Amino acid sequence: MEEIGLLMQGFAVALQPDNILLMLLGVSLGVLIGVLPGLGGANGIAILLPLTFAMPPVSAIIMLSCIYWGALFGGAITSILFNIPGEPWSVATTFDGYPMAQQGRAGEALTAAFTASFVGAFIAVVLLTFLAPLVAGFALQFGPPQFFAVMFLSFACFIGLGRGSPLKTLAAMMLGFLLAAVGMDTVTGQLRMTFGSTEMIRGFDFLVAVIGLFGISEILSSIEDGLSFKGQKAKIDLKVVLRTWAEMPRHWAIALRSAAIGCWMGITPAGATPASFMSYGIARRTSRHGDEFGTGRIEGVIAPETAAHAAGTSALLPMLALGVPGSPTAAVLLGGLIMWGLQPGPMLFVEQKEFVWGLIASMYLGNVVGLLVVLVAVPWFAAILRVPFSIIAALILVVCAIGAFTVSNAEFDIVLMLAFGVVGYVLKKLDYPLAPLVLALVLGDRTEEAFRQSLLVSQGDLGIFFSTWLGGSIMAAGIALAAWPLLGWLWSLLRPAAGRERPKPA
Amino acid sequence: MSALTEGGDAPPRGVRTVGVEIATALVLTGLGAAAMWDSRRLGIGWGAEGPQSGYFPFWIGLVLVAASLGNFALALRARGTAKGGGLFVTWPQLRLVLSVLLPTALYVAAIPFTGLYVASAVLVVWFMMRLGGFRWWVALASGAATALVAFVVFEQWFLVALPKGPIETWLGY
Repeated sequence: MEEIGLLMQGFAVALQPDNILLMLLGVSLGVLIGVLPGLGGANGIAILLPLTFAMPPVSAIIMLSCIYWGALFGGAITSILFNIPGEPWSVATTFDGYPMAQQGRAGEALTAAFTASFVGAFIAVVLLTFLAPLVAGFALQFGPPQFFAVMFLSFACFIGLGRGSPLKTLAAMMLGFLLAAVGMDTVTGQLRMTFGSTEMIRGFDFLVAVIGLFGISEILSSIEDGLSFKGQKAKIDLKVVLRTWAEMPRHWAIALRSAAIGCWMGITPAGATPASFMSYGIARRTSRHGDEFGTGRIEGVIAPETAAHAAGTSALLPMLALGVPGSPTAAVLLGGLIMWGLQPGPMLFVEQKEFVWGLIASMYLGNVVGLLVVLVAVPWFAAILRVPFSIIAALILVVCAIGAFTVSNAEFDIVLMLAFGVVGYVLKKLDYPLAPLVLALVLGDRTEEAFRQSLLVSQGDLGIFFSTWLGGSIMAAGIALAAWPLLGWLWSLLRPAAGRERPKPA
Repeated sequence: MSALTEGGDAPPRGVRTVGVEIATALVLTGLGAAAMWDSRRLGIGWGAEGPQSGYFPFWIGLVLVAASLGNFALALRARGTAKGGGLFVTWPQLRLVLSVLLPTALYVAAIPFTGLYVASAVLVVWFMMRLGGFRWWVALASGAATALVAFVVFEQWFLVALPKGPIETWLGY
């Protein structure tokens, strides 16, 4: 149990007064970010990232990851009180959360959501504590072919496990890879796809893309629904909290199952959003009161929230252990690691023990702090949405512009941000998934590097990816996942009898 | 989201989803083709340092072209069906979106000339007066406050220099 000792050292780091303050600040900022439309976990962190360069890396990542927990909590507030999912993964929470709030049970729904989130995240952190060092130890023996296989598997997961059209997922992903390749090729020094433009030599920074794709596009799509928010009143007092807590142990089975779904979907980069929908669907199907889902059942709040937080948290596992993030937000945190001069991947557990365990300890503490902050401060955060949209929208646009500029002090990046905003608005409305695009943009260079190094070793023989049993089996799993929709489609062609009501390739 | 705001007696009119689907698929096809074309210039074969610079982007571009042509075909097929008749955005919605997008585009275009602070103040004032219906002096005060707070936070606390224009130069920054 070497982990326990290291974890205790991590707690010692995270419990320093400065870091506790940063945790409180991070969680409060995070909830704020989660509540406001247009500012989510991914782009909120992307905007604040350049401001953390002056801090020691441990403190910086503690604050940023606490922003992440806060944003996860904050999404639930707007879903339940305003029927506006602040984050995509809290869409499923609106199904039963908003009806509960309409019936005057807002306090109960919020308490259930926060507690469920806490439980989901906690289970995922425990899993991460014991699994991440194992995975990292394993990955220490990885060479370029195995790393390429892991990344291939991550991207294949989007195609095989994603909810939407596999072709659109594929197109979004390839767009991300192409954008990543723009600029100087680090191996040969040649300029790629700049088409003579000097601004393109720097390439596309994914932080700028994230701010546009998730921030600006969100403002554009939320304005479609009009200029005002209409919400329910929130009041949480201790009595409601205790009553809800007394009731919650009855739903332990749902919570555990949702946490398991969440952990699985988080580690494979399918992400928090499908996890929340899947666990809501399964809870409804297995419940004795399945018909009443959607009318304000507390299980309908517990299931998606537990899964979303478990997924959001476990998405950090592959990020830390392999350097392959499981979600856009984890990708932004990974970008932060690189900027602070830390090399993400298995060596992190060897060379930066203090950093890794400080971060893991802060996940435990950050969730406790988060739960307390949201339970106490819900009415204030809900009041923010009563500020007129015209003010909020203008301020968010300004904040996004500042965030895009500070990434690399380039005015052209603000233009790019706006362009990505329009692209994101169109792609999102057409159901092109944005997560694979962002992940491909982040991992593009490293995927290509692993690919080229492997081929260099084997003198161009693609067989090298299958030369070891480990790399080979990961590749085989990836190919199977990537081909999964294709198989489903062929199957439906071969059986035209069932073709009238053929299931959509999942 | 758009489904929520549809309603009323007359069917809402606007930009059809199929058209945007087709346009998007064609643009992505074009991007993929451009990447393949540029990769051919760089070399897509085997060089001194292993695979040449164009090798990886060439295949990525090829997959993008293939996937986008697939999406194009699917969109064409859906054109006559009920699913293809949906609206991407209704005209009133588009007007709202443009009422945010156009000022933002002007804002972004103005930053290199006026600096970020002045442009941000004007953006806040414009949004509050045009979209929020605030009185001019409330809006003006809020705009000035935004610029001032941003200046103190970034320029003074975090020591991050943001783009500045003639007014800041005149003030001695």
